[in-house]
Amino acid sequence: MATPASVHAHAAPQGFIRKYIFSLDHKVIGLQYFFLALTAVWIGMVLSLLMRIHMIWPDQVWPLIGEIRPEAYLALMTMHGTIMVFFVLTTAPQGGFGNYVLPIQIGAPDMAFPVLNMLSFWTTFVGFVVLLAAFFVTGGAPLHGWTGYPPLSALQSAGPGEALGADLWITSIAIFCLASLMGALNFITTTLDLRAKGMTMMRMPLTVWSWFITAILGLLAFGVLLSAGILLLLDRNMGTSFYVPLVVVNGVVMGHKGGSPLLWQHLFWFFGHPEVYIAILPGMGVTSQILSTFSRKPIFGYKAMVYAMLSIGFFGFMVWGHHMFMSGMSPYSAFAFSVLTMCIGVPSAIKTFNWLGTMYKGRIRFQTPMLYAIGFVSLFVSGGLSGPFLAQPVLDIPLHDTAFVPAHFHLIMGVAAIFGIFATTYYWFPKMFGRMMNETLGRIHFFITLAGTYAIFMPMHWLGLAGQTRRYSQFTEVAYLQKLIPLNMFITYAAIITIAAQFIFVINLFWSMFKGPKASDNPWESTTLEWTTATPPPHDNFGGVTPVVNHGPYEYGVPGAPKDYVMQTDPATGSAH
Amino acid sequence: MGLALLLLIWLITLLSTYFFVAKTWWLPTGAAAAAHWIDNQFALTFVLMGIVFLAAQLSLGYLAWRYREQPSSPPVTYSHGNTKLEVIWTVLTAVLFIGLNLMGAPVWAHERFAPADANAVQVEVTGMQFAWYFRYPGADGKYGKTSFKLMDPSAGGEAAVGLDTADPAAKDDVVTGTMYLPVDREVDLSLRAVDVIHSFFVPAFRFKQDAVPGLNIHMHFKPTTIGEYEIACAELCGLGHYKMHGKVHVVSQEDFDKWLAAREAEKQ
Repeated sequence: MATPASVHAHAAPQGFIRKYIFSLDHKVIGLQYFFLALTAVWIGMVLSLLMRIHMIWPDQVWPLIGEIRPEAYLALMTMHGTIMVFFVLTTAPQGGFGNYVLPIQIGAPDMAFPVLNMLSFWTTFVGFVVLLAAFFVTGGAPLHGWTGYPPLSALQSAGPGEALGADLWITSIAIFCLASLMGALNFITTTLDLRAKGMTMMRMPLTVWSWFITAILGLLAFGVLLSAGILLLLDRNMGTSFYVPLVVVNGVVMGHKGGSPLLWQHLFWFFGHPEVYIAILPGMGVTSQILSTFSRKPIFGYKAMVYAMLSIGFFGFMVWGHHMFMSGMSPYSAFAFSVLTMCIGVPSAIKTFNWLGTMYKGRIRFQTPMLYAIGFVSLFVSGGLSGPFLAQPVLDIPLHDTAFVPAHFHLIMGVAAIFGIFATTYYWFPKMFGRMMNETLGRIHFFITLAGTYAIFMPMHWLGLAGQTRRYSQFTEVAYLQKLIPLNMFITYAAIITIAAQFIFVINLFWSMFKGPKASDNPWESTTLEWTTATPPPHDNFGGVTPVVNHGPYEYGVPGAPKDYVMQTDPATGSAH
Repeated sequence: MGLALLLLIWLITLLSTYFFVAKTWWLPTGAAAAAHWIDNQFALTFVLMGIVFLAAQLSLGYLAWRYREQPSSPPVTYSHGNTKLEVIWTVLTAVLFIGLNLMGAPVWAHERFAPADANAVQVEVTGMQFAWYFRYPGADGKYGKTSFKLMDPSAGGEAAVGLDTADPAAKDDVVTGTMYLPVDREVDLSLRAVDVIHSFFVPAFRFKQDAVPGLNIHMHFKPTTIGEYEIACAELCGLGHYKMHGKVHVVSQEDFDKWLAAREAEKQ
């Protein structure tokens, strides 16, 4: 377990480029991922704002951007989804915070493979640039949505953006898959091999468990997406027919024969469903960590939390067919996928129960990280409970591909995961930058964002019930959709306000980075290893000392202890775990 | 801060619940046989999930306020959980979720496992960027051959679906841009797509099914109320996805026969 530090040790770098650009230090790489995701989330958010504006005022000509045409709307939608899923929800929690915090939390001086770590960040960066390039080529970005169902995504003539833009889109995803595979290997190896003395698996903070399980999911899922993407590229450019049968586009017979559009859906969702957990598991981990810390109580049911995350990961690979109830897949298999999907609700319910149990009879402190962790629980419950509707094939008949679906997944894997990222940022900011973020701004940001999030996504359920189909650029053509325009308008206004409130976060972030009050080594009175070292941590994390762990991660309120918390490295005593 | 959280979470919870219960925006009135069963299963799921939603959100808000740190707060209870409670909770949710699922299963089986009634009216639906075409096999009960080479979307009608007029079975095939169906009689639907995936969605019938190139998917449903209903495409099919819609007219059997006869007459 405790490998000699010399195996992966590397000297502190000299010079700007080795220190901040091609750095091998997991902390710098973590911050690089974080700032990449921050850039990506702003682009993704602005795209969604333009979408919401177009839905309501489809014919309006805007200063600077002009008129948004239906195909431009679909390109915005495709890029919004792709940027958010890959370059925000996968990049920030895992590549960003996981990279920064995991080695410190297990008492390691760095990741197991520092060069691979650097390579995986820069590969991700290239993937991002390739994706953005799709906006600037002839025909623009693809319009086939982030799920890219062929034949639409496989035929260059199927619509604007389906030429070079679509090739760049697939290439970007393939590059991202490579980067994620490298990252996943690194996380798994680091967790298994570099834990400090005494850091048994069952003493690992739940954050470490969540990054570890996420990495395993990534290792198993991204390889499949990579293969699927390569086949799609071949269909598009080499005349193969993996996904495309004999089709006629606009009166022209295409040269494909015998392919299956459903094959892509199976491969895509075999990746796509675990991807949901890749986005949300780190949020679950950090919520557990923060709820315990700020309730000043041990986490309720640590082992149950670990087993719940493991079973969510396990079942996550067996439910992909629930995205395909209406696809023409055998109705008998729908039944199996549906039961397995319901099973995944059970560990999710256990987690919620344990979070509430952690708060029960605690002494809750309401600093901003805690507010966001509580917000996460609320959104996780709201987004989770629409799952059992969609998981039943019979209810999926009216709900599939309506606004009910974006309502569900935005609440749970979109905004809940984003709340996880906010909680993480506010919580570890002092450790990363040595300064505190502003509490007042943090609180204002939280209350507007929570209320705004619900104002945007709760009404989408009602739109879905009323039959509002997804991915419509405007609602002017179908009579029953016209009646829903006022509610859509409400959502757009809520989105404008909520997006505006995100400036509060960015101002707080950058202002505090330079001007915030100095942070102590352990400002939240937490117990895990990152709070035992200097703020910010030195190059090798612990200044030449190898920590020894004597306690579990969440020893708060231990009777007889001198303080209301026992650090993981505190000397062993009789009573505490 | 605890109070502000409680108020916000409770407000969100109660407002959301109000709009669900008041059904301000809701499923359109059902107009097909399955609507009753699907809506019942929906209501059951809605009530059960609603109870969990209220219980979880209200207690989240309450716990945040009740256990806020105050000078008078007692020391916390040092506890790592309660295995018995954990097991009870796990079993309860497993029974709830899986039981709910099993209760909905017969409806799904009826809709998707069983074939259409023997006397069902046959209609073939063809989706293409960005229109729906409907074909009736005519008196011989047989669809004529179609060929991809003959497809001409710009011509519309028979030519759009590539009907091979040389085939005797094609002589009495009727191809229209609007769907007509007799009331209270099952429809044996053949779903096809010629270019990309489309999805045939009639909210009032609680019916939806993707039309997939390369597949001929058979489905059935039974309209039960005379009226005019809208079809919307529910699978992203390109830049005109938002305007790919159509109409279903559900009429009496008599009116349906008259309508079909008139189309046959036009064809001759």
